[in-house]
Amino acid sequence: MIGRLTSTERQYAAVVLSLLVVAGIAMAALGRNDALGVHGVLVILFAGGLLYAVLSAFFEPEPREDREASYYDDPIKAGIVLSMAWAVFGMFMGVWVAAQLAWPSLAFDAAWSTFGRLRPTHTSGVIFGFGGNALIATSFHVVQRTSRARLAGQFSPWFVLFGFNLFCVLAVSGYLLGVTQSKEYAEAEWYADLWLVIVWITYLVLFLRTIARRREPHIYVANWYFMAFIVVVAILHIVNNLAVPISWGHAKSYTIWPGVQDAMVQWWYGHNAVAFFLTAGFLGMLYYYLPVRAQRPIFSYRLSILSFWGITFFYMWAGSHHLHYTALPHWVQTLGMTFSVMLLVPSWASAGNALLTLNGAWHRVRDDATLRFMMAAAVFYGLSTFEGSFMAIRPVNALSHYTDWTVGHVHAGALGWVALITFGSLYTLVPALWKRERMYSARLVEVHFWLAIAGTLIYVFAMWNSGIIQGLMWRTYTEDGALAYSFVDSLVAMYPYYIARAFGGLLFLIGALICSYNIWMTVRSVPLAERRDSDVPAAVAVPGE
Amino acid sequence: MFEISHETLVAFSKSWGLFYLMGFFLCVVAYAFWPSNRKRFDRAKTSILDRDDKPWK
Repeated sequence: MIGRLTSTERQYAAVVLSLLVVAGIAMAALGRNDALGVHGVLVILFAGGLLYAVLSAFFEPEPREDREASYYDDPIKAGIVLSMAWAVFGMFMGVWVAAQLAWPSLAFDAAWSTFGRLRPTHTSGVIFGFGGNALIATSFHVVQRTSRARLAGQFSPWFVLFGFNLFCVLAVSGYLLGVTQSKEYAEAEWYADLWLVIVWITYLVLFLRTIARRREPHIYVANWYFMAFIVVVAILHIVNNLAVPISWGHAKSYTIWPGVQDAMVQWWYGHNAVAFFLTAGFLGMLYYYLPVRAQRPIFSYRLSILSFWGITFFYMWAGSHHLHYTALPHWVQTLGMTFSVMLLVPSWASAGNALLTLNGAWHRVRDDATLRFMMAAAVFYGLSTFEGSFMAIRPVNALSHYTDWTVGHVHAGALGWVALITFGSLYTLVPALWKRERMYSARLVEVHFWLAIAGTLIYVFAMWNSGIIQGLMWRTYTEDGALAYSFVDSLVAMYPYYIARAFGGLLFLIGALICSYNIWMTVRSVPLAERRDSDVPAAVAVPGE
Repeated sequence: MFEISHETLVAFSKSWGLFYLMGFFLCVVAYAFWPSNRKRFDRAKTSILDRDDKPWK
């Protein structure tokens, strides 16, 4: 890894890491006993550890490879490993908090392990840790292959990858210490947010410079999705996290947005995080790995362009559907509702485009679990976007809001769409990247597929049931006009569904563990495949085969 | 200082907001269906399936 950096690049790395150690020392000194001080020590350890690795390899011989002759895949490999590590951590935390809802004693009477602190470690762990690392890794892969250009940097990909993971570590460890901004999916405090801005802008510059190196006349549509993901997440992150810390020595800060504007900015961020973090980038994966795996070009390229701009411009307005029946002006709620319903058109265009690409290759979907992962992801994408548009309608929202139906909807998207397309992409990417013939075990991929499907279905059906029962119990009146059920009544009614939900999540976690094992064994033990460019008959893609 | 009232903002959003989205939609449709773009789109969608695994330089 460090052996492939020139001595100038090693110097860059050493300087950047030294500056980070200094920043960590400053945080520790200013923060003292505050959580900021603890995070200062964490930054020192993180940057110091990497600095040690760089310095111990500092005087090793310089690389003599011809860089222009190959793609730069090392950061992608590291990204995949990090992504799976976060997947296991984040999904384990998910199973734990789900179990806490059924059996509250699993909080073990400690502050750090209460539901309120563990829940964001699950959401950040899976969204940013698992999803984010997978997005960074696949975007590095897709942009190089579709542009036929090597990454425009040798050190910056590592900076992006490790910098992003430092942010994740600060965020998750902060929650356990009780640090939070109280903004859903943006819980990390100001210093971590500032750091992410630096990392993210480096990511954007790296991505743009790589695209600028391309020879292809046209930028393949997957890159547009990745670019939308990078650009919009930067905007959302900066605007939603504008805050003033109470002092340089404290982790706590206060947002600059007052009252209902804060709520609007938060859900403009929150829903676009779903749109651009959890959808756009993963559609980028879909538009590359699905055609490659199926060896068929995408059904309609024009449709993919239309749905790209539809998604980009409709999603921006949909956030206010999170604030129905609040102090937000009524017309703003209606606007959010309308755009959410309109979103169904570009969303189904993408899902339909994916499924029509597979039309004529269903035998391959039957035989190849990897392709089936992607097919199921497209189906779940279609289902959950339909459900989302439906739930955004104000009277429907009156029943669904604050209930487990919302949680079920999110997981239909997160498990069924985001995680399945990621697993499908990783099973396509891993053998190609490590130059192996195939995954270590096709049977384990098959087992993983069924565990993931069963887990998702059990989870989603449990939450549909509990959510609708909750919603109905909360709005049932007696003849005198009083509420028929207390909150505790509805809580007791949830008990069996909470057990089912934890079980569904457990199946999904086991699937992720099997996937990690399979990837590990693929990297370790399968013999190298023939070099691809030697003597392989060219596979000709037949449009409309 | 010039203040934008709630009503002004609503009127502006309801008219120009719609016009710019319609205009944008027309531009995107024109781009997607422009006849001379057909060749580059066809090339883009098939070229990712090439087995060649090397950068162009």
